[in-house]
Order: sequence, then C-alpha cells, then structure tokens
Amino acid sequence: MNIETILNNKTKEADLQREIFTGAPERFVHKAKTGLTREIVEEISWQKSEPDWMRKKRLMAFDFFIKKPLPMWGVDLGELDFSKINFYQRTETGRYKSWDEVPLDIKQIYDKIGVPKAEREMLAGVVGQYDSEGFYQKLKKQWEDKGVIFCDTDTAVQKYPDLLKQYFMTRCVPIGDHKFAALHGAVWSGGSFLYVPASVHVDLPLQTYFRMNAKSSGQFEHTLIIIEEGASAHYIEGCTAPIYNTDSLHSAVVEIFVKKHARCRYTTVQNWSKDVYNLNTKRAIVEEEGIQEWVGGSLGSKKTMLYPCSMLVGRGARAEHLNIALAGPGQHKDTGAKVIHGAPYTSSNIISKSISFGGGISTYRGLLQIAKGAHGSKSHVQCDALMPDNISQSNTIPYIKIFEDDVTLGHEAKIGRISEDQVFYLMSRGLTEAQSINLIVQGFMEPVMKELPLEYAVELNRLIQLEMIGSLG
Amino acid sequence: MNNQLQIQNLHVKIGDKSILNGVDFSVGKGETHAIMGPNGSGKSTLAQSLFSHPNYEKTAGQILFEGKDITQSPADEIARLGMLLAFQYPQSISGVTVTNLLKLAARQRAELPKIPLAEFSANVSKLATSMQLPEEFLTRSLNEGFSGGEKKKAEVLQLATLQPRLAVFDETDSGLDVDSLKVVSEKINELRNLGTSVVIITHYQRILQYINPDYVHVMYKGRIVKSGSSDLAEEIEKRGYSNINHEYTNHTNYTNETNL
Repeated sequence: MNIETILNNKTKEADLQREIFTGAPERFVHKAKTGLTREIVEEISWQKSEPDWMRKKRLMAFDFFIKKPLPMWGVDLGELDFSKINFYQRTETGRYKSWDEVPLDIKQIYDKIGVPKAEREMLAGVVGQYDSEGFYQKLKKQWEDKGVIFCDTDTAVQKYPDLLKQYFMTRCVPIGDHKFAALHGAVWSGGSFLYVPASVHVDLPLQTYFRMNAKSSGQFEHTLIIIEEGASAHYIEGCTAPIYNTDSLHSAVVEIFVKKHARCRYTTVQNWSKDVYNLNTKRAIVEEEGIQEWVGGSLGSKKTMLYPCSMLVGRGARAEHLNIALAGPGQHKDTGAKVIHGAPYTSSNIISKSISFGGGISTYRGLLQIAKGAHGSKSHVQCDALMPDNISQSNTIPYIKIFEDDVTLGHEAKIGRISEDQVFYLMSRGLTEAQSINLIVQGFMEPVMKELPLEYAVELNRLIQLEMIGSLG
Repeated sequence: MNNQLQIQNLHVKIGDKSILNGVDFSVGKGETHAIMGPNGSGKSTLAQSLFSHPNYEKTAGQILFEGKDITQSPADEIARLGMLLAFQYPQSISGVTVTNLLKLAARQRAELPKIPLAEFSANVSKLATSMQLPEEFLTRSLNEGFSGGEKKKAEVLQLATLQPRLAVFDETDSGLDVDSLKVVSEKINELRNLGTSVVIITHYQRILQYINPDYVHVMYKGRIVKSGSSDLAEEIEKRGYSNINHEYTNHTNYTNETNL
C-alpha cells in the first residue's frame, strides 16, 4: 500500500496538512541490521562509547527481553514482528547549540511543526530528537546557573554517571519490569534528562520534540526527570512521525522522581503515524507532599498501550492524571492510569477522555491500589467517552484494589454520542454541520485542553478536527 | 410582496403522523405575532419545521423568507439569512460556554458589525448582568445544570446578541417566574425596537401583558384556525381554547381532513 492509497479517503484539506508528516529525508550515518541480537545491543553500546556499567545493563536487559512473554492483555500484538524492526540508527554526529547550526532540511521539518517559534517565544530550553539522538539542545543560561541540567540522556550517561547509575532503570522502571521495559533497556537511545536541584523553580516549561523519520525504525528514547526537594518544573514532550508503510515500534520509558514537597508536571502531545505501535512505560515515584501531574493527548498510532503510573510513597503525596485519546479507523488505543497509594493521606484525581470514531477502539484501563496503612487516602476517577457513530467501540476497565478501610473513592464513567438535536441546535445559530460537530468535540475535550499550553491545545484541536473530517457527516 | 415570512399550506409529519395540516401564516416586516393554542396543536412543530429539524418531514407547502424559498434549506442557512429560534428545550453542550457559541454564531451573521472579541465578550457579559444572570453563568457549560429559567434567559440572551431580522420564541415564557418573565419581555421588546420581527409561541396570555402583539393566531389540530388582534388573546384567557375551537369546528369540515 502506498501513501496515495492511505490518503485516498481523506479530504483535500487533510491531504495538504498531511504533507508535513511526509517527505523528510532519511538521515543517518549508521544504521544497524534489522531484528534484535546480542551483537546489535553490543554494537549500540559501542557506537555510543558507553561506560561498561551501561553496556552490562543493556545486555542484562536483553536477557530479560528474550525470556519475558508478550503481554496477553491490552491490544493484539500478534502482527508485531521484531525481526523486521531496525533498532538503532545514528544521525549525523554533533549537537547544535543554536538554531543557525541545524541543517536546512531538518530545520524545515521543525519549522513545519512549529518548534522554533515556540522555542523563541517562551520556552526555557529545547532538546529535539531527530531519529535516535538528541540533535539540538539549549537551556537558557539562568537555569544552568542554578544547577538545572537539561540534556539528552546519552550525554547524561557520559557527563553525570553518578546520577544515572542511581536513577536510570533502577527502582522506578527496573529493566525486568516487563517485556517492553526490557527491550527498551537493551536498545534505548536518546531522550531527555532533566535534573532540578532542591528549591529551584523552573517557571517556564522545558520542551522536547521527538520525531521518528526512518522507515521501520524503533524509537526507544529514555526520559529521566529528577525534581529534588521543594523544587518544581514543567516538562513538555511532543511527538510526530511521518507516514510510512511498514510497522514501526515506539517503546519509550519515562522515569520521574518527585522528592519531598516537589512538583512535576509532565505534558505530552503525541501524534504518531498510523502504522506505529506505541508501547510506553511512564512512571513517577512521588515522595512526601510531592505532586505529580500527567497531562496527555494521544493521537495517531496503530496500537497504543500507555498507562502513566504514579507511586505515591510519601505521606500526603498527590497525583493528577489528565488524558485524552483519539481512536480513528484501524486504531486501537488502550490507555489509562495507574496509581498506587502507598502512604497515608495520599490523593489522586484521574480524568480520562476518549473519542472513538470510524470504527476505532478506545479502552480505558486503570489500576487504583490503596495499600494497607494508606489511611485517609482519596481518589476520584472520571472516564468520559464520546462516540459520534455506531461502528466504534469504547471500553472502560477500572481495576480497584483497596486494602484499607478509611479511604474515599469515587468513580464515574460516561459514554456520550453526538445527538442530532445538539447538532440541530447549533446549526440553528448559523454554524455549519461540521462546525457544530467540531464545537461539541472541542467542548468534550475542554477539561484536558485547558491544562495544555496554548500552542499545544491549538495544535491538538486542529489535528483532531483534521482526523475526524471525512469520517463524520 | 410585503411579507417578510410567508408560510403557505404547510404540511408536516413526524414518521407516519401528520402534525401540520396546511398552515397559512405571514409576518410583515417589524410585526409581532403571537401563536397560541392548546397542547398538541402543532405550535412547536411549526417552530421546529420552520428551521428544518431533520425529524420533521415537509410533505406539502412552501416557506418564503424575504422572498427566498427556505422550505428545504438546512437550519444554518436559515440562520445566516437572519431568522433565529429561541428553543423551548435548548440542548446542553458540555465544555462550551454561551460566549464561545455566540462568538462563532456572530461570525456567521454578515450583517452584524465587526467588533473586537474583547468588546464582544464585554457586551455579552453586560447583557447577562442586565438579565439578572449570575456572573459565573458565562463560564459554565451551555445549559448544563441551568435551571429552567436560566435556560430560557440564555436563549433570549443569544437572540438579543445576534439581533436576527426575525425571531421565533418557542414557549419562552413557560416555567418563568414573574420577575424573569419581565426581564425576558423587556429584551424581546428591545429587539422589536431594533426592527426585528417577532413570533411568540405560547400557551398563555401572560407574556402578552408585557409584549403587545400586532396579531394573535390560534392554532388547533395543525392549522391556524383563527386570527385577530390582541383582543383575541384576552378572549382565549376568558373563555378557554375549547370554546374557541368548538366555535370554529362548527363552521367547517376540517376535522375530517385532520384525520387523514
């Protein structure tokens, strides 16, 4: 199937917009053979001139990967063929500290997805990822002076080995956690490392764009965030991938450490192309009175499994999960949230919104666990699904495990349709049918949208409208 | 032709059921008409089918607005021509505020003056205050958790902002307390002063104490059976619909037709 065929059913407007996801040249100086062997893992480590501890960690992870079975729940991974995936490519060497140094063709792509503008206007630092290595990084001097570290994770392995040895895939997401965590441990490359020292408040968001550009490539970026006591930061990650025909695999890991009285907000807007398997593990350990906020928008991809997890290990720790997922034709989104209340007076609030259309399947899968001794804990879960047609599917699977009596729990689930009467009502005010449906969809997403930075909210809105054109009305 | 709105021999059915059986009705520019009638007489069907609700099928007849045939036009086209409806049962739209909707709706009306968004929002907010709506009203989801009275006020607020050339109020008075009825009537009268033609659909004569119509029509079994001046409303109030209908049915054979 070629790109023309894929786009066949799209409207002209959608075609034009889609151009921004195509036409990028493949750019790498090194590309490993497809499939995964011990030799490839060795090669990745050698190419990166990694210290021995990391090489050993990768090999240990590889052993786990071989032994662990595929998950038997969630999305159907039967068609995922590891032997056809390219696990590592290295782009041109060198990092670019300023925008002027970035090669023109890469620049054009970034221009199209709006990074430089955003960066110039308001962002404190940018680490962009082009294929497997961070290629552009910058952090405003004021934060560097306060000891904030924001770089790609490969650089961090070389420059900050003590921090990495302590935090990288140790107690947050251990390499043996599950098959994809193990795979990630073996082949990870790139990603962001953010370290905020005690009592430092980074008041502008720090941002990264990830982009998969080579055919059949894997992307295994590792993001590690450490917010020390009383500090705070907002990290934003945006991802887009162009249209390719063979199945690509994205399996990222995000590890976040929120120390006492610290606060971290992690915002992500993902728009993978329709052939990507998006299987991620994102987890935060939140200590006493710490706050972890997850804000996410998940578009695109063929199959997604994503359940950001907050482990509330300190008294009074808090987690907020806000997520919106869009599942269109041929897509299966299995997303949700996991919260482990492991200490007294911890609280969590989960809002999950999904839109399924054109035969798409979206599932909310949540785990809420309140451990013995976590008395006085509170949790509220709200799952809203919107289905504008009769051929799509929405499922809600909330697991709740409570081992403590003195807790407060709330769970709401709603499934809504776009009614003819609502559309008529808005049309009678002069809005076209398409405008009316868009407004209803926007209204549905509003609780999550209002938490996104404006440019992301605008972009997400635009993408969702684009996706839904042609399959509705 | 001087009529702004002209409805000729309109027949409408829902599914297999005939609701309107030949409505003839005209509104001249700047006039105010009241359509009264008992439950089930087809008043609301007339309002909904004027705006081409997809569930209502027009089987015969014609609707002209300012000379243009709008019988089969979709609701948005009709709205853009300048005819708007205040709903009896407005829909709630989660996550959309009344100001959001009005911003979009105002853009569809070419004849409204273009003003900066901030000024537009300020005007909406001023209007809400003058209608004794609470401040948070403008930040809440449209009609979600609104009281019956607030919903009706929200409809009138929308029409007052969009200033249609012709406004249809479908039972806007039902469920309103006296204070709210006064506020709503005041806004409708302000619209009339701007030159908007008005059609008020109501069960009761009550609202007509505040809005003096040029004409009153009585609807019964899907037809306008009697038309007159505002005196007719008082007559209905005194004698009830049944007497007026009885009087009418004695003089015609139309009851046979309605059973078709």
